[in-house]
Amino acid sequence: MTTHSIKTAGSAARSAAQTAVAAFAAILLGSFLLYGVGFAQPQQIHDAAHDARHSFAFPCH
Amino acid sequence: MDLIRRLFTAALVAGVLSGTAASVVQQATTVPLILEAEKYEVVTPPPSTAASAPAGGHADGHQHGPVREIGEGVPTTLDEAVQRIGLTIAANLITGVAYALLLGAAILLAGRPVDARRGLVWGMGGFVAVSLAPSFGLAPELPGMAGAELELRQLWWLSAAAGAGVGMLALAFARNRLVIAVTLLAAALPHLIGAPHPESAEGAVPPELAARFVAASLGGAALFWAILGSVCGWLMSGLVGASESRPALRVQPGVR
Repeated sequence: MTTHSIKTAGSAARSAAQTAVAAFAAILLGSFLLYGVGFAQPQQIHDAAHDARHSFAFPCH
Repeated sequence: MDLIRRLFTAALVAGVLSGTAASVVQQATTVPLILEAEKYEVVTPPPSTAASAPAGGHADGHQHGPVREIGEGVPTTLDEAVQRIGLTIAANLITGVAYALLLGAAILLAGRPVDARRGLVWGMGGFVAVSLAPSFGLAPELPGMAGAELELRQLWWLSAAAGAGVGMLALAFARNRLVIAVTLLAAALPHLIGAPHPESAEGAVPPELAARFVAASLGGAALFWAILGSVCGWLMSGLVGASESRPALRVQPGVR
């Protein structure tokens, strides 16, 4: 268990920057997609995502 | 770069699988209710709105969005029906990928080992954050239901979801009690302030339809999140908690 913890800590430190960059990229793209599908108000986007928005309980109209 | 590629691949697969499952469930549960509700949808703005905001530029509490005609959007031909279902499936897949990216980022930042089972717990957390917590104040609504101003409701929805998400993450991972207390307060705040509701709750949709829709929406979302979380956890199992410690991680499920 101790060796496991040490190994985990070691390689976590090694990839801390990579982890931050990957997580940031995922949050950025995820938020962008979520805004488009759930919140953006242009009529065509609203109409296309209409049934999905209601089903997922996003405020729609 | 490899980490990003694997994270995005996991999110893509999890999002597509959960979005596909949601699409099937929706066509059997929520979508028929939406189509039924659209028959009752408001044709013209309520008289009070028409009188107080003739130009349409002034947003008030009774705004119902664009004026729709009876049955607008309800598919009348096969082509329209196919197109509408196709667009809904596409929107579901995008929703799945978007949520999977956010959940994957949270799993990665938490840095704890995951597998399909722990992923299921993560998924249930996602369900509570973006489905259950916002629905506590703003029930999933059908077309034609009375609602307060859209921007207010969107803002409240985001506050409730973000607050609940951060609160649960703090409960699970924060060591500092002050941090936990502050985030729990932030999670409670939208509910203490109260969700924006219209002055008179008199929508055109029969309450029986609305009640069935709320249950169907939440149930479908729970299934969606269960699949999304499990698949995310499964595909990210070698990604978090360091690849070198893989053998040790493999032992754990057997131990339990």
